Amino acid sequence: MSFEPKIIGFLCNWCSYTGADLAGTARMKYPANLMSIRVMCSGRVDPGFVLDAFRRGADGVLVCGCHPGDCHYVDGNHKCMRRMPLTRRIMKGMGIDPARLRLEWVSASEGARFREIVSEFTEQLRRMGPLELKEIEFDPALEGAHHA
Amino acid sequence: MAKVNIKIDGHPIEVEKGSFILEAAKALGISIPTLCYYPHMTPYAACRICAVEIRDGKGWSKIVTACNYPVWDGMEVLTTTPRVLNARRVNLEMLMSQCAPVPVLQELAREFGIDKPRWGTGEDTCILCGLCVRICDEVVGAHALAFSDRGIHRRVATPFDDTSSDCILCGACASVCPTGHITMEDIDQRTVIHRDLTLGPNAAISLPFRQAVPNVPRIDPQRCIHFTTGGCGICSQVCPKECIHYDDVDTFEEIEAGAVIVATGFDNFDPTPLKQYGYGRYANVITAEEFERMNNAAGPTGGHVVLENGQEPRSIAIIHCVGSRDENHHSYCSRVCCMYALKFAHLVKEKTNAEVYQLYIDLRSFGKGYEEFYQRILDEGVNVIRGRGAEVIPSGNRRKDEGPLLVQCEDTLIGRFREIPVDMVILCTALEARRDAKETGRKFNISVGADGWFIEAHPKLAPVSTSTDGIFLAGTCQGAKDIPDTVAQGGAAAAQAMKLLCLGEVLLDAAYAEIDETYCSGCRLCNDLCAYSALEFDEAKKVSRINPALCKACGTCVAACPAGAITGRHFTDDQIYAQIEGMLT
Amino acid sequence: MPKPKLAIYWAASCGGCDIAILDIETKILDVAAFFDVIFWPCAMDFKYDDVRAMPDKSITLTLFNGSIRSSENYEIAQLLRAKSVVLCAFGSCAAEGGIPGLANFHSKEAICEYVYKQSPSLEPGNGTMPQPEVRAPEGLVRIPVLWNTVRSLDQVVDVDYVIPGCPPQSDQIAAVVAAVIDILSNGKPLPPKGTVLGATEKTCCDECKRTRNVKKIKGFIRPFEHLTDPNVCLLEQGIVCMGPATRAGCGAKCVSAGVPCRGCYGAPTNVRDQGAKMASALASVIDSTDPEEIERILDSIPDPLGTFYRFSLAESTLRRTQV
Repeated sequence: MSFEPKIIGFLCNWCSYTGADLAGTARMKYPANLMSIRVMCSGRVDPGFVLDAFRRGADGVLVCGCHPGDCHYVDGNHKCMRRMPLTRRIMKGMGIDPARLRLEWVSASEGARFREIVSEFTEQLRRMGPLELKEIEFDPALEGAHHA
Repeated sequence: MAKVNIKIDGHPIEVEKGSFILEAAKALGISIPTLCYYPHMTPYAACRICAVEIRDGKGWSKIVTACNYPVWDGMEVLTTTPRVLNARRVNLEMLMSQCAPVPVLQELAREFGIDKPRWGTGEDTCILCGLCVRICDEVVGAHALAFSDRGIHRRVATPFDDTSSDCILCGACASVCPTGHITMEDIDQRTVIHRDLTLGPNAAISLPFRQAVPNVPRIDPQRCIHFTTGGCGICSQVCPKECIHYDDVDTFEEIEAGAVIVATGFDNFDPTPLKQYGYGRYANVITAEEFERMNNAAGPTGGHVVLENGQEPRSIAIIHCVGSRDENHHSYCSRVCCMYALKFAHLVKEKTNAEVYQLYIDLRSFGKGYEEFYQRILDEGVNVIRGRGAEVIPSGNRRKDEGPLLVQCEDTLIGRFREIPVDMVILCTALEARRDAKETGRKFNISVGADGWFIEAHPKLAPVSTSTDGIFLAGTCQGAKDIPDTVAQGGAAAAQAMKLLCLGEVLLDAAYAEIDETYCSGCRLCNDLCAYSALEFDEAKKVSRINPALCKACGTCVAACPAGAITGRHFTDDQIYAQIEGMLT
Repeated sequence: MPKPKLAIYWAASCGGCDIAILDIETKILDVAAFFDVIFWPCAMDFKYDDVRAMPDKSITLTLFNGSIRSSENYEIAQLLRAKSVVLCAFGSCAAEGGIPGLANFHSKEAICEYVYKQSPSLEPGNGTMPQPEVRAPEGLVRIPVLWNTVRSLDQVVDVDYVIPGCPPQSDQIAAVVAAVIDILSNGKPLPPKGTVLGATEKTCCDECKRTRNVKKIKGFIRPFEHLTDPNVCLLEQGIVCMGPATRAGCGAKCVSAGVPCRGCYGAPTNVRDQGAKMASALASVIDSTDPEEIERILDSIPDPLGTFYRFSLAESTLRRTQV
C-alpha cells in the first residue's frame, strides 16, 4: 500500500473554509488526506498549532486564508503571512522540511483551486514520504543509544 | 452722499450726486438702449447709442450720453424727443457703416426704421465698444487686451497680435462682447464640441448639477478669476443677498452617528490605455458618459447628437465591454452597459437617421422588461454584431465616403472579419471601484476585494452589511449594479440602519476575545493588531483590554499574545489543540 | 521530633543554582537549623549509596537542579524521586532543559566529535573518545552514558513543583524556603501539585520599568549595534526581548541593565511552547505586508531558534532537531 500522508488544514471561516465547502457542494473530489480545522481567520493560526500537528504525526500542514486584501477581518491574513515564514524557519531549525508547511490564499469562490491545492500538496507529501519525528517522547530504553 | 433731485421724462427721482443718468433711468424702469455699457465697469460712452437730452429748466438743453453723464440737482432728462431719436439714429448709421451684419445692430436698425444706412454698410463685426478691453483690465485684471492703431485702423488686439501669455483663457471678453466678434477657439482654430462635453459645469460659479442637494451654487477656485488673479468679484457685486463670501473655507464637522451607510459609488474606467479604440486620438470616439452628456437637453449641444464638427452622424458604433470582461483590466461584467447601450441605440434612432451598430460579447438583458426592450431595438433596425470591437482605425482612402472611422471586429455569428465605417464610436466603459476605495475601506473597517469593491458581510445572507456592525453598503461601491438594484440596496441599507437605531441596543456575538488580567502584563504587542480598535491599553493598570462590542473574534490577537493572556471564546487554544490531537490519533 | 530532611542535587548543570541557594545569605542558617541536609554534592561529600540506603519517602524536600543529560542524571532523578516526599525542579535546566537543552540542536555524535576531536583547545593528536566501559588494570571501569537528547526533569520522573530561573533569584528562593518552613512547622496544606513557585502569573514586562507603546517593527538589531534608550521597551527598539513570553519573577534584572530578556523563567502558565509563541507575537508586529520585505526583516533576527528556545528547547513541542 502506498503511503498516505496526513495533512492538517487550518482554514479561515470566510474564504477558505467556504471555498472548501464549495468544492464539496460542487462535487469536486479532493484527497481525504486533508483534515480541516476551521478557524475564524488565518490570523488565528498560532505557529504552536503547526508544530503541535507535526509532533502528533501530521506529515503536512496547510494553512489557508483569504487573498491578501480580501481578508474578512481587514488584515488578519497579513499576520498569518508574517508568522508562517518564521514558522518555516523554526521547522527548518528543527530538521523538518519547511515545504511540509503550506500557506495558500483561497477565496470563497475558488473551490476548484482548493481541490487543486489539496491534491497537489498530497501528491507532494507522498513523494516526500512520511515525517518520522524521533525522540520526542521519553523512552529510557532508547535515550543512551547512539544514532547510526 | 448728498442726494440730488432730477426728473426723467417727467418722473421725479432722488439719486446720489455724481451717479449717472442711465442708472437713474434704470431705477425708474425707463429703457435706454446701450451697446458698450456693462454694470460694474466704468462707463465708456463709446457707442453713443444711449444719447439723451438734458435741460436745466431755463431754456438750456444738450445731448449727452446717459451712461457716463453725472446728474446734478434740478436736471431734467428726456429720452424720447425727436432730437434724441435722431442722435441715436445717426450714431447707429455710423456704426453700421462699419459693422452692418451684426445682429444687435440689425435689431436696433429695425427699431429705428433704418432700411439703408446713409454711409454704406461695413462688413466688420467689432464696434469698438471696448467692453472686452475694459473687462480684461478692470474685472479680470489680466490686461491681455488693448486697442491698437488709430482712426479707421483702430481695433482690439493682444500685444503684437500674438498669443498673449497674460491671457488666462477665462473667456470673459467673449462673454461680454455684444457683437460676437470675440469667440473662444482652441489653438488649432478648430471649433470644439466634444471638448466641452464635460459632465460638470464649465463656469467658475455654478450648481454642481441640476439635482444637487443643497441646490446652491458654489465657486470652483481653480476656475474663478477672483481666486486666480484677485480681480473680478463680479458675482459678489451682483448678488442682491450678499451670499458670496470669498473668504469662506472648508470646515470639518463631526457627526455622531449610530449607523453609517457607505454609498461612495464608482469611477468610470478611463479608456485611454486601450489604444486600439483611439480614445483621445479621434475626436469622434467618445465614452458613454460623454454621449450621455451630449444627449442631455441641458447639455452643451442641447441634446443633439452631433459630431465634433457639429454635423449629425450618419452611423454610430457602440462598443461594449471596454475595460470589463477583459483580463487585462477588469475581469468582471459591469452589468449596466448592455442595457444603456441599447438605450443609446434607441435614442440615436429617435433623434437622428444614423445607422447604429452594437458590438457585444454577450448581450445580458437580464432584468425585468430588458429582453423585451432588446427585441424592440432589433425591430428598430439596430445592427447587433456578436464580437468584441477589435480596433478603431481611420478609414484613410478606403471607405472615406461612408465614415472616417473603421471599426474592425470579428462577427462570430457569421464567422467573418468585418470592417464597419462609422462617423462616431461610443465606448461602453467599465464601472470600476473608486480610486480611494481602499482608504475609505480602512476608515470604515470595510474589507476591499481584489477588484476594489467593498466586500459585504455575506454575498447572499447579508448583502448590505459589512464585517463591521453598524456600517452598511449601498450602490456601486459594493459592486457594479444598475439603478433598480442600487435603489433596492439603498432601501435595504436604510432599513438595516433604522433597525439598529430603533432597537437602541446591540446584540453581540458570543464569540469574542477576552483578556485575563491575571496574565496580561501590558506588553502591548497586541495593541496594534486589531483592525476594529477593540484593543485598548489601560494606562493605570498597565494591562490591555478588549471591548467585546467591537471585537469580531478573528483571533489574531489570541495567536499573537505572548503571555497567553487572551482567550478566543469558542476557538480557544485548548479546543484547537484538542482538534489536532483528535484528528491525529 | 527529627528534623525534616533536605536534599539538593545537581544533574547536568553549571552549579549556578547551588550558588543561588547560598546567595540567600544568612537565611541559609535558617535552612540549616530547620532542615537536616542529607545530600548536597556541590557542598559536601555525600555518597549515592547513602541515599540508596534510605527508606522511600524519607527525604522531605529535594531541590533538583540541572537537566537530564546522561544515564547517571536519570538514575539519580529516579532515586531521589523514590526517596522524596516533595521533588522540586529547581532552575531552568531541571524545569525545561535550560542551556544544556540547546544540545538538542545537534546530535550527540556531532557534539562529541567536536569536543573530543575538533575543538581547537585539544592537545594535537589526542582524539580519545570517552567509552562507556574501559578495562583498566584495576578492573572494568564504567562511566555514565551520554544521552542524545537532553530532557527536563518532568519528562523522566514525576515532579511536584517547579522553581524556574537561571538561576532562580535568591530573594525568590528565600521566600520559598520561608514558605516551606512555615508550611512544615505549622502543618499547613501544600500548594496544588504542579504549582510554579518563586514566580508570578504575569510576564517579565510586568516587572520591567521601561515604557511600552504599540509595536511596529521594521527590522531587528543586536544590542551592541545600537545605543538603546534606557527608558523605552527594548522590543520597540528592534531588539528581540523574550520578556513578553517569559514568566515574571526575576525582577526584570536583565532588561533594567539594558540586556534583553533571554526567557530563563520559562513560558507563562497558558503558553505551551515559549519559542513558538514568541515567534507568533514577533511576526505579528512586523510592519510590512510585502512577502519579500517580511523575509528580509525576519532575516535580521539574530539566531531566531537559539533566541526563542534558549532555555525551553528540551521542553518545547518538538524537543529537538531531527538529525
